[in-house]
Amino acid sequence: MAMGISDIEALIKAALPDAVVTVEDLAGDGDHYAATVVSEQFRGIPRVKQHQIVYAALQGRMGGELHALALQTSAPD
Amino acid sequence: MDNPVFDRIKTDIAANPVMLYMKGTAQFPQCGFSARVVQILTHLSVPFNTVNVLEEPEIREGIKQFSNWPTVPQLYVKGEFVGGSDIVTEMFQSGELQTLLTEKGVPHQPKE
Repeated sequence: MAMGISDIEALIKAALPDAVVTVEDLAGDGDHYAATVVSEQFRGIPRVKQHQIVYAALQGRMGGELHALALQTSAPD
Repeated sequence: MDNPVFDRIKTDIAANPVMLYMKGTAQFPQCGFSARVVQILTHLSVPFNTVNVLEEPEIREGIKQFSNWPTVPQLYVKGEFVGGSDIVTEMFQSGELQTLLTEKGVPHQPKE
């Protein structure tokens, strides 16, 4: 079953409660999303680690039922 | 840990300074994300090798575990995991990718 925007947001917020999460359905097909995640927990750590934290929050769905999630992560300015 | 797939990956990323695990080939990418990374490497005239994970199911699964990264493409420079298409794109746009290649001694030059 495809995931909705609110499912993705909820999973990320559960793992990163301080995060500002924006999820966009790129193609309107419930299958290709873009997410921006801004969290204090990303400060000072490499991008690969930042993305791994988000992927971990998605609990194995990335690359599976969540086919395409373009990801941008950063710490707050 | 004894894992023949990991051994193969370790050998490949040690032998090839710039190694891209992708869907399809550099000439004929079969996924938009893989195509984007190929396009960036080609634009920078970086010599690179590829593994087509669609033809190698064991590598397709193994590479995800190897890097703790759930998706393909995956770019390795001098044996080090750099990222997937989002990170490579971001690094290219900010110039960090070019800096990394210089630091690692990989020849590159933007196409005119």
